[in-house]
This record gives sequence, C-alpha cells and structure tokens, in this order.
Amino acid sequence: MHELSIAMSIVEMAEEEAQKRGGGQITAVYLKLGPLSGVVKEALLSAYELACEGTPLQGSSLKVEEVPVSVFCRTCNAERPVCSLQFFCCAECGSPSSEIVHGKELEVVALEMEEWAQNPA
Amino acid sequence: MGSEPRLIEVRKNVLKKNDVVAHALRERFREAGTFVVSLVSSPGSGKTFFLEKILTRLRENYRVAALVGDLATENDAIRLARSLAPVKQITTGTLCHLEAAMVEDSLEDWDLCQLDMLFIENVGNLVCPSSYDLGENLRMVLISVTEGEDKPLKYPTIFNSADVAVITKMDLAAAVEFNFQAAFSNIQAVRPGMPVFPLSAKSGEGMDDFLALLKSRAGELRAATI
Repeated sequence: MHELSIAMSIVEMAEEEAQKRGGGQITAVYLKLGPLSGVVKEALLSAYELACEGTPLQGSSLKVEEVPVSVFCRTCNAERPVCSLQFFCCAECGSPSSEIVHGKELEVVALEMEEWAQNPA
Repeated sequence: MGSEPRLIEVRKNVLKKNDVVAHALRERFREAGTFVVSLVSSPGSGKTFFLEKILTRLRENYRVAALVGDLATENDAIRLARSLAPVKQITTGTLCHLEAAMVEDSLEDWDLCQLDMLFIENVGNLVCPSSYDLGENLRMVLISVTEGEDKPLKYPTIFNSADVAVITKMDLAAAVEFNFQAAFSNIQAVRPGMPVFPLSAKSGEGMDDFLALLKSRAGELRAATI
C-alpha cells in the first residue's frame, strides 16, 4: 500500500502546476494509469480524498484513465495488446514479448481549473 | 464566482521527483564505476542470508558494500555486517518501499569511488518497490521455493520491473515438492526472456553462476567508465 504517498505526490504536483499557471481552483485532476505502475486504482481513489483534505484541492475529483498494457511484437512488427498480465504475448499472433510500450503510466495529464473570482473592487 | 472551467495540459510523471534523483544517482554510480544491484522479494524469501553470502564471497576480490531497507530494527544490518563489508541500515518507519532520495541520503558519507559494487536490499514487499527507480544497474527479484511456483503470476508487475529472477532455498526444493519447471515457465510467461538463477545460499549450489553474472556485469560497467 503506497497509494497514499502517490496520492500526496499527485496533490503536490497539481498545486505546483496550478501555481505556475497563475493559480486558480483545481476541480479535477486527470491521470493516466497503467496496470504495471504498481498502483491500484481503487486504493488510489480513496487515498486521493484523504490526501486532498486541508489542501486547496479539497473537493476536487481524480479522473483516472486506465491504459491497457501493450508490447512491441517483433513478429507482427507492431505495437499489440498483451494476452494478459500473466501471459506477456502478442494478443494477435501469440509471440512472447517483454518489450513494454504502454502500461507503466502514472502520469498527471491535465488539470481542470476554475479561475479565482476577480475581486470587483 | 469562478468562470467556466478550463483544462490545462500537464503531462508529468507522478514519480518525476523520484526519477530525477534516481537518474542523478545512476550517473554518479557510472562516474564512480560502481555497479549497483537491488534486491526485491516478499518478506522471508532469504534476501538477507543470500546477500550475506554474496558479500562474503565477493569481498575476496571486490570492494563491496550494502544498504538494507526495513520498516524497523537494525537486525539485517547486523547480520550483513558479519560479511565484514560496510553496511548501512535504512529504516523506513511505516513506508513499504525504498525511494531514491533515501539511497542518496545514506550514501552521504560514503566515497563511491572506493566501491566496486553496491547492493541495495529493499523492504520485503513484492508490490510497492516496483514503482520506484533507485538508480540501480540491475534489479533482481527473489522467490523462495517455499512460496510456491505461481508467485510470478500473482505479482507480474514486480517481475516486469526486474532484470533477473533468483529462486532461493533450492536445498529445500525436494522437501516442499517445488516444481522448478513450473516456476520457470511462470516467470517466462510474465517476463519472456528473463534470466533465472536457481540457487541455495546455504549449500552454495548455483551461487557460482550468479556471482559470475555480477562479476561480468560489473566488469562491463567499469570498462565503459574507463
């Protein structure tokens, strides 16, 4: 269970990125997550809520896009999905491959933000 | 009130901070000519005993040292110190894995140029360490014969983050009816082409092959540095 420290890194990164862009209220964080990242989606979602507490991200949502595992298949000479996590072979032709192309993602792709209310002096 | 929500592209790896430190470490290791090996496994697979034997054997001809991670206690460092190699314990508290910054901190008073090989024993855990690059040159995953042949199928992620697999406690294989061929096939299923070393740190069986791998990889690194 290291999802809480991952969630805290996400919150920290989101805050930093928002500040760099002049600040604002973050309403959602978009994340790409692969099964080979070592992070479990459900655990991350509950950890995220905890990590947001008492930060400017409190109340924001974490939107997770799950990225399937794909490998480079030398037989097909193309990127292909794998048969399963237990069986790293090309789903098209069955050739074994450990050249992972996708599936390790743990990446903040975007932030959804609302501008701070302008103070009408 | 706020205006319409806008979407801002970020595209940043969540573990970027760790990756940056790991990258810097790898660079330092390369410059110093230090070959760095990390060990991951579940608790009780025999990492520490295996490492003690490795350190003892390598000390004859190489300058070796070890960092050992655990949630609590200095017991493993004390055990490894019997090899007479320099050893430092990293206690992580409640953290279930090592991070690159912890490795960096523990190296503060060590001169890497005085080391041919450095071993990093991770916290016993087959899940969390897979996410964290420590700057190592070679990551090995250990499973013991008492854990069953299907460990690789249950933890494919850690096998996919490692370079070689070591099957420990082979001296107990017959007693626990361990099926080596099944374990080997399972490793190949989750990571095709992965080198597998069955061995017993206790009897010494298979240790020479593994030591030969370490020596040749360390030699390659050194040759590339000079």
